[in-house]
Amino acid sequence: MKILAQLFGQRRPSSRDIAKERLQLVLAYDRIKISPELLQTLKNELITVISKHVEIDREGVEVTFSQGKRHGRLIADIPLLGTRGRRK
Amino acid sequence: MAARVITITSGKGGVGKTTTTANLSVALGVLGQRVVAIDADIGLRNLDVLMGLENRIVYDIVDVAEGYCRLRQALIKDKHVSELYLLPAAQTRDKTAVSPEDMTRLCDQMRDDFDFILIDSPAGIERGFRNAIAPADEVLIVTTPEVAAVRDADRIIGLVEAEEKGPASLIINRVKPEMVRYGNMLNTADVVEILAIDLKGIVPEDKAIIVSTNRGVPIVLDHKAPAGLAFRNIARRLLGEEVPFLNIREMPNLIERLARFVRQG
Repeated sequence: MKILAQLFGQRRPSSRDIAKERLQLVLAYDRIKISPELLQTLKNELITVISKHVEIDREGVEVTFSQGKRHGRLIADIPLLGTRGRRK
Repeated sequence: MAARVITITSGKGGVGKTTTTANLSVALGVLGQRVVAIDADIGLRNLDVLMGLENRIVYDIVDVAEGYCRLRQALIKDKHVSELYLLPAAQTRDKTAVSPEDMTRLCDQMRDDFDFILIDSPAGIERGFRNAIAPADEVLIVTTPEVAAVRDADRIIGLVEAEEKGPASLIINRVKPEMVRYGNMLNTADVVEILAIDLKGIVPEDKAIIVSTNRGVPIVLDHKAPAGLAFRNIARRLLGEEVPFLNIREMPNLIERLARFVRQG
């Protein structure tokens, strides 16, 4: 019965699965060359530049880093409140 | 035609860089290529012993770089293959005895006379590694299917790309098929997925490697050894031939899986 239970039951993750998962996590951090401080600076400067031209929800701005297969990606999510009349 | 300069590197030590360099050099030589193998691991030379040439060293790469001898005087002719030469590292100096510019200059001097220049890089990401990749046209990254080796390989891939020496390609060494079969080791697909670079070869764990190292006769010369065949295949791929990857049985069949459950039960 124990054999059957193991056959049909939940398999424990193999050490291979664990190795793969740990590697993917550790590499995600290794590959990031952008510190949290730099991310904050980028966010502040983006807010300054963009709000010169359009009205944005400053509190809602999010700048994040994500790791693709070999290249990182900066993602800025900037909620607009509507354009200000001013044009440059 | 000018030689292709290929650097063999890994980041982590002990994954088989020197074994790979020795075997690919001999295999390319057997295939009729004119080859120079350069040991860039100054202070910890070993390519000479793996090739069985340790008793023939008179001059080394530092002597050449410093002008104490001519390049031709330092090149040691291989025992087994007629068109293969070794440029040994110095044993009593350190990595700063040679500069990346020296390496590039030395390789450029040899380009017209050879088809391949293979450089055995030391472990690490410091000066020795910089020396080894400076002249490279192509880079081969050696790793084993282990967490620490794959992590270091990833770091090296990043550095190779930053130096614009890429795209690097990958050799996965010391694959233990029976462990992969039972989910106790990363498989080749896992490693390729994680590192996201081209696969150039898969070399199975092979006890015959130890014997070949003992004797100083590279395993590619042993026609029965699976690892020898794997290295010969990589050499043929370097020459542009389409060679299928070795059929290392990595997946357990149903019977084996059942047997495993029964044993565990």
